[in-house]
Amino acid sequence: MDTLKAFSRHPSGMLGLVILIVVVALAVLAPWLYPEDPWEMIGRPFAPPFSEGFLLGTDTLGRDVAAGIVHGTRVSLTIGVASTLAAVCIGVLVGAMAGYWGGGIDDVLMRVTELFQTIPGFILAILMVATLGPSIVNVIIAIATVSWPPLARLTRAEFLRLRGREFVQAATCQGERPLQVVLGHILPNAVSPIIVTGSLTIASAILIESALSFMGLGDPNLMSWGFMVGAARTVIRQAWWMSVFPGVAILLTVLAINLVGEGLNDTLNPRNARAGRH
Amino acid sequence: MNRREFAKLLSAAGVAGATDIAWGVTRAVGQTRGGTLNTIIQPEPPVLVTAINQQQPTLTIGGKIYESLLRYGIDLKPMPGLAQSWTISPDGKTYTFKLFPNITFHDGKPCTAEDVIFSCTKVLTETHARARGTFLRIEKAEAPDPLTVVFTLKEPFAPFINSFDCTTAPVLPKHVYENTDFRQNPANAQAIGTGPFKLKEWVRGSHIHLVRHEGYYRQGEPHLDEIFYRVIPDAASRSVALEKGTVQLTQWTDVEFFDVPRLSKLPNLEMTTKGYEFFAPHLWIDMNNRVAPMNDKRFRQAVAHALDKKAIKDRIYFGLGKEATGPVSSKTRFYEKDVKTYDYSLDKARRLLDDMGLKAGAGGKRATITFLVPPYGESWQRLGEFVRQALGRIGIEVVLQGGDIAGWGQKVSNWEYEMTANLLYQFGDPALGVTRSYATSNIRKGVLFTNMAGYSNPAVDKLFDEAAVATTDAKRQELYSQAQKILCEDVPVVWILEQDFPNFYDKKLKNVITTGIGVHETFGSVSLG
Repeated sequence: MDTLKAFSRHPSGMLGLVILIVVVALAVLAPWLYPEDPWEMIGRPFAPPFSEGFLLGTDTLGRDVAAGIVHGTRVSLTIGVASTLAAVCIGVLVGAMAGYWGGGIDDVLMRVTELFQTIPGFILAILMVATLGPSIVNVIIAIATVSWPPLARLTRAEFLRLRGREFVQAATCQGERPLQVVLGHILPNAVSPIIVTGSLTIASAILIESALSFMGLGDPNLMSWGFMVGAARTVIRQAWWMSVFPGVAILLTVLAINLVGEGLNDTLNPRNARAGRH
Repeated sequence: MNRREFAKLLSAAGVAGATDIAWGVTRAVGQTRGGTLNTIIQPEPPVLVTAINQQQPTLTIGGKIYESLLRYGIDLKPMPGLAQSWTISPDGKTYTFKLFPNITFHDGKPCTAEDVIFSCTKVLTETHARARGTFLRIEKAEAPDPLTVVFTLKEPFAPFINSFDCTTAPVLPKHVYENTDFRQNPANAQAIGTGPFKLKEWVRGSHIHLVRHEGYYRQGEPHLDEIFYRVIPDAASRSVALEKGTVQLTQWTDVEFFDVPRLSKLPNLEMTTKGYEFFAPHLWIDMNNRVAPMNDKRFRQAVAHALDKKAIKDRIYFGLGKEATGPVSSKTRFYEKDVKTYDYSLDKARRLLDDMGLKAGAGGKRATITFLVPPYGESWQRLGEFVRQALGRIGIEVVLQGGDIAGWGQKVSNWEYEMTANLLYQFGDPALGVTRSYATSNIRKGVLFTNMAGYSNPAVDKLFDEAAVATTDAKRQELYSQAQKILCEDVPVVWILEQDFPNFYDKKLKNVITTGIGVHETFGSVSLG
């Protein structure tokens, strides 16, 4: 409750939250706002914004840009959240094992993590999607694969910090099993930085998905923002609206998630909260 | 950066500006003679020897360097090339060509009938798949004198007379290539032909510089002093180069389709889609005829009714092309227009599907088909999206599947596909460019651009076989017309568009497009003003 109150007093965090709520609302309401398939060629090609009943104009084939953006919200958020959840699961599992047990297990897990960290994330994502084939599941797998290492390192660091604390040792001495110790005592105390990093991971996942779609490696059956910008790139001199609006959508969503993440960071961090710094 | 470096940079920019002027159109005295033509080549060709490599960039530049016996007008009728006259015996088996006198190769040696015979019977039959199919039919090749070539065929083959353009039958110097490995011959780097231009310099990644062949046999040709083919990989930069006048000619896909309407309005540029008649690129939706429901012709007819060809032309290809009505392009020979046509009608499409018992199930869905998106660029992606929406309206769910070039080629040539799109050239004669996609004998697994759909009809096979060896055009027209009527009833594939490609050139350039191979021609008669 205190956290919520603190967050509500965090101006930029609240701004992000408001934008994010709008974006989520668009995603939820898409089938009612634009019941027509966003791929349907319903208008004249290259109709500019505010003409012929199209709020944001139409694209090369006469498809409604606004419908594409609204339906694209679903794709971007789905991929962002799903791949982040997967990344958090992998990251926390690996980080917790490494941090709790330490020693040889830690060494092996961290070397594997480093292996993933040394390969440029986006290149690996491109490689995976190109090999596995462009579909929404493969895109989620690829993004999760490149997103978990920072979460693993963070979790490990938190576990290393907490593992030697008195309350953890007390729990261990009372005979609690490792799983109980981890879930009941260490994880709850490590969860806030994980939440913050996780929320920022959603933003970067959306960016990676957009970049993949931009390059033509998105699921060709789903209308996504990156795809829209990619398809509009070549006709930017004829139809600026085709790239600008999806671009703005990406910008706003990623910005909003970052602002919320920042806000959470400030409010969840006890040191900051106590000092009254936002 | 310190001040000295900055000054250096400035002067470098000045030099760049100065070379810009040199790139521009320079005019020599007498208007029609001299000058430099700057144009674009993309992508950069691997080699310039057209006998060894037949990719489009190689042919574009190689056409200036290598010549063949004949040229073909916009109407694809033969015109003199290296041969000034020719006769065909009444039985259609003996072809006699008389060469122009004084033809020389770029190395100064004379070009004679021996070089022609060597190129056709020794080199091309080994290195050029398309020419191989034609020249393997030669039973006997003789040179009664240095300026006469006599080819005797095993049996009549009507398209033989259409096989002597410089992209099919380039003449190479026998004294350079005899008894060598043609592909590995070091002379390939120099590319020695008889054409009006010879290779002066090739700076990889930058430009290919051709200069006048002083010993050219045609009086007064070439008009130009030199041609620069500049390598510009980025599409936007190519359009800018044309707008700025840095280049005076573009061809094929140098200018992207969506830029065509804009550039067509520029006052200093001329745009023509002529000069592709020999190739006559034909775009169609390919369907694997072996797989249900596409093995039923009613399904394929329904697809034909459901695709609005005019909308495809206008929305995806920016109006560049003409709606196709059948397997033969109307721009080439033996086209038959009186065939069964498929107007855009969703009702007719639905009725055909109902007739074949493909009823709409839950959600109105009748069937699900995978469309392999050809990985050749954006227009193909748009085409896939268009097909998905169009067929969705008649209850056929289309799932688009992307992939890389190798993957596409492998899947399509091994028949592991349901639906895709394809663009094939017609090569001036149905026997060369059309038969291959529908003849039972050309169902060859693993080979691209054969009869990949797997269509097989003995009646069509017989007509194609007879038409290839018939000796009069009237007889051939009759046979090809019959074949086209059957094919248009069966629609093994759905023909969409006779695709046009734009040539843009500076209005000062004269005689750019004079034949059916357009920009691949020798350019001996091209002049600046």
